[in-house]
Amino acid sequence: MATRVGRTGRRLSVRFLLISLASLVVTLLQAPAGADSVDPAAEARAFRDYFLHKFPNVKPDDFVNGPYALNEDMRRQWEEKEQFPPYEFSLENGKELFARPFANGKHYADCFADQGIAIRQNYPQFDAASGKVVTLELALNQCREANGEKAISYTGEDMAALTAYMAYTSRGMPFDIKIPNDPRAIEAYENGKRYFYTRRGQLNFSCATCHVQNPGEHLRAEVLAPALGILNAMPIYRSEWGGMGTTSRRFISCNSQVRGVPLPPQSDEYRDLEYYLSYVSNGLPISGPGSRP
Amino acid sequence: MRRLSKVSLGILGLLAILSTKSAAFAAGPEADFKTAYAAAEAAEKQAGVLRNQWLPTETALADARKAAEKSDFDRAVAAAKEAEALAKASIFQANSEKEAWKNLEIR
Repeated sequence: MATRVGRTGRRLSVRFLLISLASLVVTLLQAPAGADSVDPAAEARAFRDYFLHKFPNVKPDDFVNGPYALNEDMRRQWEEKEQFPPYEFSLENGKELFARPFANGKHYADCFADQGIAIRQNYPQFDAASGKVVTLELALNQCREANGEKAISYTGEDMAALTAYMAYTSRGMPFDIKIPNDPRAIEAYENGKRYFYTRRGQLNFSCATCHVQNPGEHLRAEVLAPALGILNAMPIYRSEWGGMGTTSRRFISCNSQVRGVPLPPQSDEYRDLEYYLSYVSNGLPISGPGSRP
Repeated sequence: MRRLSKVSLGILGLLAILSTKSAAFAAGPEADFKTAYAAAEAAEKQAGVLRNQWLPTETALADARKAAEKSDFDRAVAAAKEAEALAKASIFQANSEKEAWKNLEIR
């Protein structure tokens, strides 16, 4: 009797186990791409809505003007400065550099779609061959190296000038960053997002601390810019720097300001960060080169 | 003569004690510095692996090196210990942020 009960119990246990396994398999098969699946388009909408809700009087396209969209006094000063913009010399220099042939006779234009004119809004791009994000700054140096030239500094005046010129030819064109159906591209976007929200440095600040939680507020004399549209104005002339600065320079200076050791320019983290920040500003016009206090 | 030799012996003895003490003093703090600096450097290296080093840690490490070069080992040890504490804080930050960043995300 005891043996029969034992066998029946074992059979029930096995049956229960099989049913459990079967239901688990069915659940897994029915589940959408996964509870943690990423929807960058939905995230970008939420990102945009957050800022539109936070600043209901600011027109969406005006976010690309950073603090000037949020502060009337600063806006008036900026509009006056724009009569003789401080980035003008850099822009001229960039145009000249862009047109100057390499030693092999080729030009920057030969490396880009549409001869490099009005393409700024398409960068950063995800490069399937390398499985990594390629920013405009990186693409310019890749172009140089492919043509036997030395790479130039990512934080220097020449890079700022070249990107200023290329941004200028794209003014008014909406950011159009693509995330292809490639898990590596999604991962790059996710890594960029994580970097953006991660607190770092002795001050324990993330990018979001300033540019999501406190845009429009003063940090010493500076009015913090909203994250929405923040890269549309790059590169920028900063009075604080006394010159032009690239996106690389901006990321490095942000990290230093929170007392973190900056990463090397164009490191994977910075490239992914640029990818994320540009993607969530899709649809907003390029306004670079810009100027900031 | 006998008195002179007693004085000489006394001076020699005093010198011997002083030299022994100063040798021990020199070896101790320098060794302490080396231990403290190695610990700080190891922690900072770990923070580097986590891509989260802090500028004040680097400054404290540099201060420790400079003080040690001047044989100011008390200051060097203090700076190295400060660097280690800062590096450990940055490691803690990096580890806690592995999940905590999600709390800031716009959804």
